[in-house]
Amino acid sequence: MTKTHTAIGKILAHREWILAAIIVVMTAGIGTQEPFFITPNNLSELLDDTAILIMLAMVQMLVIVTRCIDLSVASNLALTGMIVALVNVAHPDTPALVTLAMSIGIGAVLGAFNGVLVWLVGIPSIVVTLGTMSIYRGMVFLLSGGEWVNAHEMTPQFLAFPREVTLGLTTLSWLAIIMIGIIALFCRYSATGRAIFAIGGNPKAAVYAGLNVGKYQFITFCISGAMAGLCGYLWVSRFAVAYTEVALAFELQVVAACVIGGISIAGGIGSVWGAVLGALFLGLIKNALPVLGISPFWQMAISGGVIVLAVIVNSRSEKQVGRRILREVHQ
Amino acid sequence: MNRQTTQQTARQGIMPNTQHDRYLPNTLNGAWRGRVLRWETLLMLFVVLAFFANTQLSPYFLDPWSLSDATFNFTEKAIIALPMALLIIARDIDLSVASTIALSSVAMGAANSAGIDTAGMVAIGAGTGLLAGLFNGYIITRFDIPAIVVTIGTMSLYRGIAYIVLGDGVYRDYPPAFAFFGQGYVYGVISFEFTLFLLLSAVFAVVLHKTTFGRRVFAIGNNPTAALFSGINVKRHRMALFTLVGLFSGVAAILLTSRIGSTRPSIAMGWELEVITMVVLGGVSIMGGAGSIAGVFIAVFLMGLVTFGMGLLNVPGIVMSIFTGMLLIGVIGTPIIWRRILQAHKIRSKMKSG
Repeated sequence: MTKTHTAIGKILAHREWILAAIIVVMTAGIGTQEPFFITPNNLSELLDDTAILIMLAMVQMLVIVTRCIDLSVASNLALTGMIVALVNVAHPDTPALVTLAMSIGIGAVLGAFNGVLVWLVGIPSIVVTLGTMSIYRGMVFLLSGGEWVNAHEMTPQFLAFPREVTLGLTTLSWLAIIMIGIIALFCRYSATGRAIFAIGGNPKAAVYAGLNVGKYQFITFCISGAMAGLCGYLWVSRFAVAYTEVALAFELQVVAACVIGGISIAGGIGSVWGAVLGALFLGLIKNALPVLGISPFWQMAISGGVIVLAVIVNSRSEKQVGRRILREVHQ
Repeated sequence: MNRQTTQQTARQGIMPNTQHDRYLPNTLNGAWRGRVLRWETLLMLFVVLAFFANTQLSPYFLDPWSLSDATFNFTEKAIIALPMALLIIARDIDLSVASTIALSSVAMGAANSAGIDTAGMVAIGAGTGLLAGLFNGYIITRFDIPAIVVTIGTMSLYRGIAYIVLGDGVYRDYPPAFAFFGQGYVYGVISFEFTLFLLLSAVFAVVLHKTTFGRRVFAIGNNPTAALFSGINVKRHRMALFTLVGLFSGVAAILLTSRIGSTRPSIAMGWELEVITMVVLGGVSIMGGAGSIAGVFIAVFLMGLVTFGMGLLNVPGIVMSIFTGMLLIGVIGTPIIWRRILQAHKIRSKMKSG
């Protein structure tokens, strides 16, 4: 009796498995209706389409775990994307790797600005990033003068980089997979990664353990910004256009992916897999709607509804299973 | 006369005796300094500055009709800012207000197409907002989830429903009687919208500062646990506040729909940020527990005047949003830095004297 009870509890604790099962069942279900949906070709396209969301959701997870939130990622993405596109137009001979490094650097600086305001000034992260969300977005307009940078103005190397296919997957997909590996190892084995989870689980205890809470929050904002910058380049070159409204309101999907992936907005709880699966779930819905003949206008309401449902489920299971690292150690 | 003397003696009792250096001050600053350094006074100064800047920018600004026009671009947001101030004082936040406007506006458009008259449309508009707010409040208090996540969810849920209903379509052809709410004038150049805002400001000021309900809102914001132990039904109050914000988002939807005469699902996009900026600029603490309607009232005018002035200079809306963002961060950051400098100064002077 008690054994089955704990077994159910353990499954609930590993909510990632349930989410993974739901994703597999949904994919298979759609596959029986429309067989072409589960062809390797279509699935790799789905991964390519979701890769940016996956990368952003993972690092948003880190920010949320430290009890902050970064709503400026989509604006950061748009600004960095516009800057690298303009640089590419001005200096067409810039190699793709330099562009890549530049996008990460610019993104990290924009993220660090958020981080400094949170760490050293002590403004709540929601206020800071709501503010920088519109500041960065407005700066895209100022830089471009409201003009579009179109495909024919960008160089072929700039555009080709994320689309090159290796072993059936695009560079963009491979980048996402590599990033999943890096971030997962970072969370599990690096001192900084462990510290991030520790300060989220119990900031007071973390302070007594000698961890500077604000500093680690700053670090997560830098990571989040760097990833947003990288995704800025990838987004602009994948869609072959840069304009002011690039990825408008995309931050909501990123936060939604985290919430669906079981990351607690109260901090301390979250996993890379959760974020990845949450992103895949949203990507699946987005790609399945047109296949099932449902108007794309449903997508927004569905992701909103799923967020609300997911937070309700999260709040219930958090109460049932107990919280955070300490309880697990006792068992 | 008699009372004055008692007060004087009472004050002398509290005031420092020059011989002793330990005493309890009755206010933190002197009366004069306190009043000058108050947030509302500072805001008022900026309002005056913005007003004069605008008169210099455009010779047409001082025309009564032009001034009346200037109020249109912030009145609807200001009407949401009033209940939002109460909500933020109670340590909550609602990011779904703009989406509630979209939902409410679509509901009115649908009602209009179904042939419902103006009174019915107004009821449906306000009712939709009220239900949207009630839903937020119910989910947040029933499951004990942070308001920010739930309202991020309903933000995309409510606007998403508007998109499902309307797609890339548009509702038009509202009846002439409906146009009064957003385009009508009550007395000369004073619009109906603006009159409503003035009335509501007075009502909200009384509710927040003079009623038990208002005191409870402050109590909840300062310490929800203490408020609960002192017998306040915290959940019910929070739910009431979310419902109130929803209701007034519905009212704003009526005014906005009537003013522009059409409904698209993208209506009022991004307004939640501006509403929250107005509230925070008005001196309401984002951490809850402090704020005043007077501050929000002045902040509304400041933002309205500045955006109107930028409009006179042909600054595009997206560039104005840079200003809004910087204002939001600056307004919250400055007092924190200021307080830190003061503290550092105090510690230094203490170390010198000690």
